[in-house]
Amino acid sequence: MAEARPAWANWGLIGLVFVGGSLGTATRAALALAIDPTDGFPATVMAINVAGALLLGALLEALSRRGADEGARRRIRLLTGTGFLGGFTTYSALATDSVVLAAGSPALALLNALGTLVLGALATWLGIVLAARGDRGRAHRVRAHR
Amino acid sequence: MTPLLFLLTAVAGGVGAVLRFVLDGVIRSRFPTFPIGTLVINVSGSFVLGLVTAVALGGLVPPEALAVLGVGLMGGFTTFSTASFETVRLIGGRRYGAALVTSVGMLIASVLAAALGLWLGSLF
Repeated sequence: MAEARPAWANWGLIGLVFVGGSLGTATRAALALAIDPTDGFPATVMAINVAGALLLGALLEALSRRGADEGARRRIRLLTGTGFLGGFTTYSALATDSVVLAAGSPALALLNALGTLVLGALATWLGIVLAARGDRGRAHRVRAHR
Repeated sequence: MTPLLFLLTAVAGGVGAVLRFVLDGVIRSRFPTFPIGTLVINVSGSFVLGLVTAVALGGLVPPEALAVLGVGLMGGFTTFSTASFETVRLIGGRRYGAALVTSVGMLIASVLAAALGLWLGSLF
């Protein structure tokens, strides 16, 4: 009954999430170190979250169009989606930065919080649309080769 | 940041991602219709980051602890991309009330949790 075992209780899959999460966190930390915050506004975290949202939208749409969430597709999703992009993007910094910003400038805090939310949703949607378009192109090419 | 501290931060992020994966899996098996796992993860992670940030600002723990536990563990535990994806998927399924909860609701709850953590941490 290996099939009945949930993904989160499978050590191999947990390992993929760990590796992806470590690399995603390392990438976020490296970008935060390389780019100084402009006038205290956490633009880097915002850019990371919006970019990660776009990539996750594209990834999950592309994977679901290729078939069910199992085997290699599930391993790719856990390594790059749950792991890398999950570790790359962050919600705790968004919330904490917004509270810290609010003490100095409530307007900037609101811009950070709502701006990330709206841009993130639009980026996710754009990622889904781009992956869907790419998949249709792939389907055309597959048919043309037959 | 020293190379060792950077490595520890990255590893802590991996541990945070695994905690999120397991906790979300457990919650999902109990509540299969609504993505409440990400909500629980992001609100609790925001509280802990607020707490750790305030305690580090007060000098009770060194800034290195903020890097490993905050940027690493809580950064890897909480996630924005999944929250955003769940919102867009709920909007696509015309579940607007649920989408409001996973977007604005999650944001307000996480900001309040972070504020509570920052306040509690400042008492030490």
